[in-house]
Amino acid sequence: MSSPAIEMRGITKSFPGVKALKSVSFSAFSGEVHALAGENGAGKSTLMKILSGLYRPDGGAVIVGGTERHFTHPLAAIRAGIAVIYQEFSLLPERTVAQNIFLGREPTRFGLIDHRAMNDEARRVLALFGSAHRIEPDTVVADLDVASQQLVEIAKAVSLDARVIVMDEPTAALNEAECEVLFGLVDTLRKRGVAIVYITHRMREITRLADRVTVLKDGETAASFDHVPEPDAIVRAMVGRDLGDFYAEPARLEEIGDVVLSVRNAGNDRLKSVSFDLRAGEIVGFAGLQGAGRVALAQAIFGFTPFTEGEVTLAGTPARFTSPREAIRAGVGLLPGDRKAEALVLMQSVSDNGMLTARALSGLSAKADATPFVSAEEMETLLRNVDVRAGSFSQDIKALSGGNQQKAIVARWLALAPRLLIFIEPTRGIDVNAKAGIYHLMRDLARKGAAIMMVSSDLPEVLGASDRILVMRSGELVAAFPRGVSEADIMLAATGEEAVAA
Amino acid sequence: MSTAIFVKRPARRMERYAPALLLGVALAIYVAIALGLGLTRFLTPEAAIAILNRSIALGITAVGQTFAILVGSIDLSVAHLISASAVVASAIMNGDPAMMLPAVLAVLLMGALVGTLNGLMITRLEVNPLIATLGMALIIQGCLASFHGRFGGSVPDAFQYFAYGAVLGLPVSLIVLTLLVLAAWIVLRFTRFGSNIYSVGGNRDTARAAGIKTTRVVMASHIICSLCASLAGLYLASRLKSGSPWIGTEGAYDLESIAVVVIGGTILSGGKGGIWGTVAGVIIFSLIDSIFNLAGVDAFAKQVMRGIIIVAAVAFYAIRSKRIVA
Repeated sequence: MSSPAIEMRGITKSFPGVKALKSVSFSAFSGEVHALAGENGAGKSTLMKILSGLYRPDGGAVIVGGTERHFTHPLAAIRAGIAVIYQEFSLLPERTVAQNIFLGREPTRFGLIDHRAMNDEARRVLALFGSAHRIEPDTVVADLDVASQQLVEIAKAVSLDARVIVMDEPTAALNEAECEVLFGLVDTLRKRGVAIVYITHRMREITRLADRVTVLKDGETAASFDHVPEPDAIVRAMVGRDLGDFYAEPARLEEIGDVVLSVRNAGNDRLKSVSFDLRAGEIVGFAGLQGAGRVALAQAIFGFTPFTEGEVTLAGTPARFTSPREAIRAGVGLLPGDRKAEALVLMQSVSDNGMLTARALSGLSAKADATPFVSAEEMETLLRNVDVRAGSFSQDIKALSGGNQQKAIVARWLALAPRLLIFIEPTRGIDVNAKAGIYHLMRDLARKGAAIMMVSSDLPEVLGASDRILVMRSGELVAAFPRGVSEADIMLAATGEEAVAA
Repeated sequence: MSTAIFVKRPARRMERYAPALLLGVALAIYVAIALGLGLTRFLTPEAAIAILNRSIALGITAVGQTFAILVGSIDLSVAHLISASAVVASAIMNGDPAMMLPAVLAVLLMGALVGTLNGLMITRLEVNPLIATLGMALIIQGCLASFHGRFGGSVPDAFQYFAYGAVLGLPVSLIVLTLLVLAAWIVLRFTRFGSNIYSVGGNRDTARAAGIKTTRVVMASHIICSLCASLAGLYLASRLKSGSPWIGTEGAYDLESIAVVVIGGTILSGGKGGIWGTVAGVIIFSLIDSIFNLAGVDAFAKQVMRGIIIVAAVAFYAIRSKRIVA
């Protein structure tokens, strides 16, 4: 075989508090699809951000077309023929589809942007996906649904005519039919000699597309296959241990108690007539695509964006909260999905972060270290009980790993002994072992009589950690499954597709 | 096309034309008051030109401020730069028509330098734009104060053509402002640089990942902003015959230029808005002045009214955009 289109040798990268990559090597040849698999937080995205010039590696070499390169700006990587489709959307919502596709490289005529050429070219690229009619080049991106936005994102990379295209979980927001279109497109690109790095943790996509597979785990290469191995081999490499004790034991029948939260025909401008019950002692997983309304539902229950209609009761009393403060007082807790932005005060200590809500709900006369809910010493005990590992609880919380930060937030809620605890993406960006810790912590809380609502986009997690699974689509609850349902059934319900040959 | 797009369009359009709507309301009030008081001489084309001509300096400054805000930055140093430009212009010209060109070049060079320094502080030193340009404002103010007294002079009569001359019945200064607005519109709407300004203002990380050299775009926007302020300083020197170290701050051009940009629908975080909104904002401010003059209300009430209008306009946009998200 000739030399690879891109090769990364011994890449090392650290962030404050985390060693994200430990001497990882990776290569992709022209005309192949190299699948990069691994759990969330395994380092896949970091590796690709180094390839695209967004991050600079601490050590190691990036070799493109046989020569070593040091990208200091993404522009250099783009010029070297590397295009990346990022997982978190990199679209500008206020700009049009065509403007987004040609971001920073608009076609010009006499120094002025040639809007017509831009729209024509955008239409041509979108036609490759068969989505030319659905997505108009002059539509503002904010007006598109999530799947269309994802297609625009892909069109942006394809239109670059890159030699290497990195796709970071491109199917996360697509339905079955759209996935098939994408797979067809990947085949076409492969035939044209493009090297494709395909990041995913879905076995079906690996089997369907990949020529080679590399598995990352905790920032290291866990396995590398020159063929497509059995899914089991990949999963074992991803998880790095037996799946047996990864998730906690499900609830036994006698552990499930009375209804804690009852929601009847509740809605607001993002939710339509939602009805369900949550019982003490159970963990209920909420699955669905991005924007399906799961987070909106959690925020509505928590009083952040209140329901405007319907009935909600918490332990039998009316509970249509209009502010989080009201909800917390009544015994509801919420762990947001974006820890840094929504849950933590990064520049305060671990114990201050733990005390945050207890202090906020205390009267003005309460002492900071002895609130009616918890004292500073009790908080230290709670933090130790949930196994927060820190040099000292008085150090800034920003230096802790994601898993320890999340546990500290759990401790914050434990101090208030909530009846209902809502977890949004509880293990996003957390390493594998800390994940197991969070799952067991959730189960312990449930055993002690709390109802747990878990919103997660990580399907294996929903399947493994929940006692029941509710699926949402377009602001409605569309399906309810018992434990043991298949991933495919949930996806079908979430996308609203009829059973397509999968 | 899906129906979802159709449902959302009207709200979006409404938002886009909101500045025009506000302008219409201001105009209607003006006309109503003029008619009500029987002052029809205030409804002639000459009166319209007079209203526009009252805001030349603010207009020129606001064009520049639009660039700074669109790119996600802001410039608080414009008022002091205006003063400095007027002072330097009159000092160099010192009544000598032959010195007009060198003076103009020197002032514009100074503007470019200030803009470059602002840009460097914001991009390289990563100082918050509010603080960086506030610091720059204080620096300029300090320099002006220490040189004051040594700087005298006035502009020659020929230079006053900029402020008082007319071509085909239109004031030269108004023509200059119009050309400046058109140039800004072309840059923002039809050039790659303009597109980059929106991208960087919309999301700096996205722009960088797409290969845009974001620091250059921010620098260039700040240079444009400062050059506009220098031009406004030249205009004021031309109008007042000589520059004083206070004309910029007395006119409150820093805060007023930000206010008209925001009233024009450009959002403070950048990435959304445009030059026509700013034009509407400037005219709205002029009209408010005229309305209060017509109605004979004192200057303090006028200031209160301006404050209310700024807050109301921004609240209006905030509520609208929230509804669209939902």
